[in-house]
Amino acid sequence: MRRSLPGRIWPNVTALVLFAAFAFPVYWMFNTAFKPSGQIISENPVWFPTSPTLEHFRTAVAAEHFWALVRNSVTVTVLAVGLSLLVALFASFALARMRFKGRKAIVLTFMVAQMAPWEVMVIAIYMIVRDADMLNSLVPLTLFYTVMVLPLTIITLRGYVAAVPKDLEESAMVDGCTRLQAFRRVIFPLLAPGLMATSLFGFITAWNEFPMVLILNKDAEAQTLPLWLSKFQTAFGDDWGATMAAASLFAVPILLLFLYLQRKAVAGLTSGAVKG
Amino acid sequence: MSVRTQEAPPRDRVPVEAAAAPGPPPRRAPAGRKGSLPYLLLLPALALTAVFLGYPLVTNGMLSFQNLNMTQLIQHLTEWNGVTNYTDTLGSETFWRVTLRSVVFTAVNVVVIIVVGTLVGLLLARLGPRMRLLLSVGLVLAWAMPVIAATTVYQWLFAQRFGVVNWVLAELGFGSMADYNWTGSQLSTFFVISLLLVWTSVPFVAINLYAATTTIAKELYEAAALDGAGAWQSFKSVTFPFLKPFLMVATFLEVIWIFKAFPHVFAVNEGGPDRLTETLPVYAFVEGVGNQHYGTGAAISVLTILILLALMSYYLRLVLRQEDAEESENEGKKG
Repeated sequence: MRRSLPGRIWPNVTALVLFAAFAFPVYWMFNTAFKPSGQIISENPVWFPTSPTLEHFRTAVAAEHFWALVRNSVTVTVLAVGLSLLVALFASFALARMRFKGRKAIVLTFMVAQMAPWEVMVIAIYMIVRDADMLNSLVPLTLFYTVMVLPLTIITLRGYVAAVPKDLEESAMVDGCTRLQAFRRVIFPLLAPGLMATSLFGFITAWNEFPMVLILNKDAEAQTLPLWLSKFQTAFGDDWGATMAAASLFAVPILLLFLYLQRKAVAGLTSGAVKG
Repeated sequence: MSVRTQEAPPRDRVPVEAAAAPGPPPRRAPAGRKGSLPYLLLLPALALTAVFLGYPLVTNGMLSFQNLNMTQLIQHLTEWNGVTNYTDTLGSETFWRVTLRSVVFTAVNVVVIIVVGTLVGLLLARLGPRMRLLLSVGLVLAWAMPVIAATTVYQWLFAQRFGVVNWVLAELGFGSMADYNWTGSQLSTFFVISLLLVWTSVPFVAINLYAATTTIAKELYEAAALDGAGAWQSFKSVTFPFLKPFLMVATFLEVIWIFKAFPHVFAVNEGGPDRLTETLPVYAFVEGVGNQHYGTGAAISVLTILILLALMSYYLRLVLRQEDAEESENEGKKG
């Protein structure tokens, strides 16, 4: 269908404007982080950092316990995502492939659990963790994050498991594989992209979590990066350069992971379908 | 006596049933062998959820019936006070004002997100591959931006001094906006919060809606064009009916997400100015944790959860219906 000239131009113009609108806050974060302070507090904004500097990043990293917090954040996030993937793999397999009593109720349970308002339960969680004498520890944090990301992981993985043709599994079992072998050799490789895509949302949730760690871990060395970032403004007053450098450092792992996994997950799905 | 007479007929029917339906016994045998397998596979997930979500929920419910302030917390005292927390909360004008505010806030944001998200998704479908990639990258950047980083960036964009938004507005001729304090009034704070929420939520709707449009068969549009349908007509008769189920689910998900959005609302101005931008989750948090009325906070959070459940029930019914459809579809395939 041929369209008139304005009919072809306006979508592209709108797309450019929208791209600018959606990308600008991210761009402005990096832009500010690299600008020398003089260009940040100037009456007219400097749109491109003409003389980039790393001084704000040095300030941000020099914050007390920074590396301990990085270690905590990485540990808690990776463990929570890994554990929830493992647990979800079993559960999603049962939910996608088997018919049994109570299946719908269990699906429903996870759907509800996915929407649990964790922020409003922090008091109860604090009491439980305190009574278990586990405040300022990464263990309860890891376990709560695991359960926080678990429902969505199960629901998403279930879709991926269901998408793997059942015939593949059956033919593997006809060829003499046990159910476990069929799962490991046939289904699991096809599931890998799904696992990666699913882990992405877990990473984002656990990496971002903020109210719970705020309440549970008052000890400066037991905290995670969201607290470091949220404290920046108060600690540094109006040092927007350092704040934006901190925000950049915090956001970059997730942005990279997202851009990488999004493509990978989609590409993996299609190639898996061709192979199948 | 009557029991016996009623028992008799089934006995007569037994052989008939067995003869008529030879199916069930052989089908039941393998099911019995692997009967416990699905439950075993689900056990870790269910156990974790029960311990780390179910137990806190129950604890939260119990705390809501206690008089629990700083003193009781430190001394590990349990003082039951019945439904006082609930009568206090439900009797306070603030609670109802915050609830109303939450509902309006949610409604406005969800409408904007769904409308803008749909338009952007349809635009994605219409673009050429290169422009589509460009716009997708922009959307993914906004989608992937961690919440806490995003709130910080928005505070900087809308900063009173040297904030880029105020500068642009002043350049555009709104001289009075040069040093505008965005977090100074209720409405302008909500504007910043809403913009942030729309910015982070639209990509989800747009990208998924675009993905849904790619599954619409081209033939349908050709048929519509042959019937003389214009652009609007073919949207109404082909695109929209196809996208409707997705839009329903997306709307309810957004309602739930916006209603319980916490970090966005809290981090921008901590519910200020004068606690005028507190939504229910923030109100529960500020009352409970901030003002150390832990029992009252727990009661507010129970009420928040109940409202959420009520909101969710419609969505869950949709999901269950879908689940039923899938199941019967599978049965159909087997048969």
